[in-house]
Amino acid sequence: MDLKRTIREKIATSIMLVFTGLSCVLLFVMIFALYFRSRPILFIKPIQDLLFGTVWAPSRGEFGFFPFIIGTLWVTLVSVAIAVPLCLLSSIYLSEYAGARIREWTKTPIDLLAGLPSVVYGVWGLLVVVPVIKDYIAPLFGSFSTGYCVLAAGIVLAIMIFPVIIHISVEVMGYVPREIREASLALGATRWQTVKYVIIRKALPGIIAGFMLGLSRAFGETMAVLMVAGNVPRIPKSVFQPVYTLPALIANNYGEMLSIPLYDSALLLASFILLLVVLIFNIISRLFLSRIERSIR
Amino acid sequence: MGFKSHIQVRNLNVYYGKNHVLKNITVDIPDKKITVIIGPSGCGKTTLLKSFNRLIDLVDGVNATGEILVDGVNILDPKTEVVDVRKKMGLLSQKPYPLPMSIYDNIAYGPRIHGMRNKKDLDKIVEHYLREASLWEEVKERLNEPASGLSVGQQQRLCLARGLAVEPEIILGDEPTSALDPASSQRIEQKFLELKNRYTIVVVTHILRQAKRLADYILFLYMGELIEHGPAQEIFENPNQELTREYIRGIIS
Amino acid sequence: MDFRKIEENFFKVLMIFSTLIIFASLFWILIIVAIKGIPAMNLAMITQAPKGGFYLGKEGGILNAIIGSLLVASGSTVLALILSLPIVLYINVYLTKKSRLAMFTRFSLDVLWGIPSIVYGAFGFSIMLFFGLRASLLGGIITVALLIIPIMSRAMDEVMQMVPIELISASYSLGANRLETALKVVARQALPGVLTAVLIAFGRGIGDAASVIFTAGYTDSVSFSLFRPVATLPLAIFYQLGTPFPEVQARAHASSLILTIIIMLISIASRYLTKKFKSFVVK
Repeated sequence: MDLKRTIREKIATSIMLVFTGLSCVLLFVMIFALYFRSRPILFIKPIQDLLFGTVWAPSRGEFGFFPFIIGTLWVTLVSVAIAVPLCLLSSIYLSEYAGARIREWTKTPIDLLAGLPSVVYGVWGLLVVVPVIKDYIAPLFGSFSTGYCVLAAGIVLAIMIFPVIIHISVEVMGYVPREIREASLALGATRWQTVKYVIIRKALPGIIAGFMLGLSRAFGETMAVLMVAGNVPRIPKSVFQPVYTLPALIANNYGEMLSIPLYDSALLLASFILLLVVLIFNIISRLFLSRIERSIR
Repeated sequence: MGFKSHIQVRNLNVYYGKNHVLKNITVDIPDKKITVIIGPSGCGKTTLLKSFNRLIDLVDGVNATGEILVDGVNILDPKTEVVDVRKKMGLLSQKPYPLPMSIYDNIAYGPRIHGMRNKKDLDKIVEHYLREASLWEEVKERLNEPASGLSVGQQQRLCLARGLAVEPEIILGDEPTSALDPASSQRIEQKFLELKNRYTIVVVTHILRQAKRLADYILFLYMGELIEHGPAQEIFENPNQELTREYIRGIIS
Repeated sequence: MDFRKIEENFFKVLMIFSTLIIFASLFWILIIVAIKGIPAMNLAMITQAPKGGFYLGKEGGILNAIIGSLLVASGSTVLALILSLPIVLYINVYLTKKSRLAMFTRFSLDVLWGIPSIVYGAFGFSIMLFFGLRASLLGGIITVALLIIPIMSRAMDEVMQMVPIELISASYSLGANRLETALKVVARQALPGVLTAVLIAFGRGIGDAASVIFTAGYTDSVSFSLFRPVATLPLAIFYQLGTPFPEVQARAHASSLILTIIIMLISIASRYLTKKFKSFVVK
């Protein structure tokens, strides 16, 4: 009887250990696999030409990724610029001003927003944001736009990253001990002053973590951007011009990938670059965060 | 009663939701004396104290009726500017909670939020009140270090200095020494005895000996009701109510 | 004091305004999905596959995408569960929190969690090329499983960490070995949380397009074969919306509606499960 249990445990333990090991190794396998598949094009073209080249014409053998890198940055920055103030203000409201009941009620809509698939956001963007930019917003600024532009992608992305930023910010602000709030208020501070000087200070590492998570998400988003950004491989000169991001590039050209030489390698190189950027950003933000955590004491 | 009163409580009832926490409290708090509120845990002492600076507003579902008059103004009136009320009261909590900033900034926080900007004025205030709290000598070399680096006893004195820096009229103490070691406790008690010449002090404690040491006036609360109140000597030597007698003799705790 | 009051009221207005914008955008999205999707819904939509022409047939419904999505999502969820549960049980019951392996595993899963789904798609594609697989149901299942393993693991890990240490000690002191403790005590205690994790992962898997666009292919027919391409709801939306035919676009909107409803149901179910779990947690 004991032997059976022991054998069962030994087998199960080995399986678990193997799976755990696999999960640790998966990241490296991904990095390696994508690098390996990018090699063909890396052999032929120097990395500077690829990263900084501005011409994208695969049928002519031109693979300049620069417009896509810049495009992705543009779109990410616009979305963060929109999301950060809105989310910060909203989180402060939910955490410090709204009652517990309102907070509970808002959890469901936020979860729902978080779970909506990217394509659904894309549909909404196509039906609502693109026409609005074309007919109202661009003319307001004296510009002409087809509506498929940086701003459209930025707006849609901003809404996509609302939930993650708000969720983390509200949670972190909730961890600030009640007594510190009381101490500040007892000294005669208004609630807003307490928020400004005490709560935000204490919750800052968490809030920044939320922003970085949102930024990271916006950077890698594919479908919604693909549907509203215009996908023209040129560096946009204004927010009203079309843009082509790295993720959109990879997703959009699956069909032609195998028919043009080096195209598949180029696209997998794009994936590799995307992976590296996200990883590096992840690591840097962790380091940054622990630095802040130590200084806020 | 024959004394000048600073705070007048009239028919104060406080409800946390359906919970009737304070029942019909009517009492006068004497001016420039130490009033100690005693009673078993959960009887509403802290709620009464926190009504004075309207910190009970922070509780979800709180409802307070009645009047609390400070210098003639009813602070429970929704039209009263709560920020001004709180400026008049300094609060020393059970556990010291330094604000997440430097020692200097902790003390300067109060004056700054009330509009003081001049660095020299702030420097003077910081030094003055750190001296008042008997903390200056220990921290004068490290004013810009985070306040969280101080020991618990030092932190409590910091909170005292911080509270005094807004120049309140009344000091409220919510079991202010219960988290401190005996030496630090003694320092805080000593401070209160010195400060009562200039401030009205109201302290909540469950340590009867501390009450005996500090109190000029006693309020005895039990299950949300004010059972008895009067000059400390009378209450301790010759209480009127049976409950009071039993509590003081240590039977109810 | 006046200035402070003005400042506070000014920001109060801004704050409420921001909160309203955020929630209004959610409602707007849901309303558009409903407005476009409901008129497009009829019995044929959910019981038939598209008829005629490559993506462009004007008749028929989206049964291909519905079945396909359910197959991909279920398959990948099961696969992910088979891999995630042992991993999470292992790092919670067999390893201590501070152990190097546990910390590194959590770190890896954390990093994997943040990788965009298109990268998983590209990786899945590379793997498929390596094994000579073509775009198929199997390819989709494997890729989506990889995508959702970090999501499922993280959610499960969170709830398992909440299992009180006293419970685990009690199990050991009764003579149970680690496996028995893991399965009979920890997993059972955390069951609602585990179910929630599975639901969340399923929801993510069914809605993601970037991971299946290379790996699952697309088809107009209802297919149950592991080695043939399969249609998915997200791609159904994407491809069919881009055509100039209103009938085809209608199918895209119907897909959108169905997908959104599935996500909403999952959201509600996981909320309910989390509440149920909270009442069992010993403080």
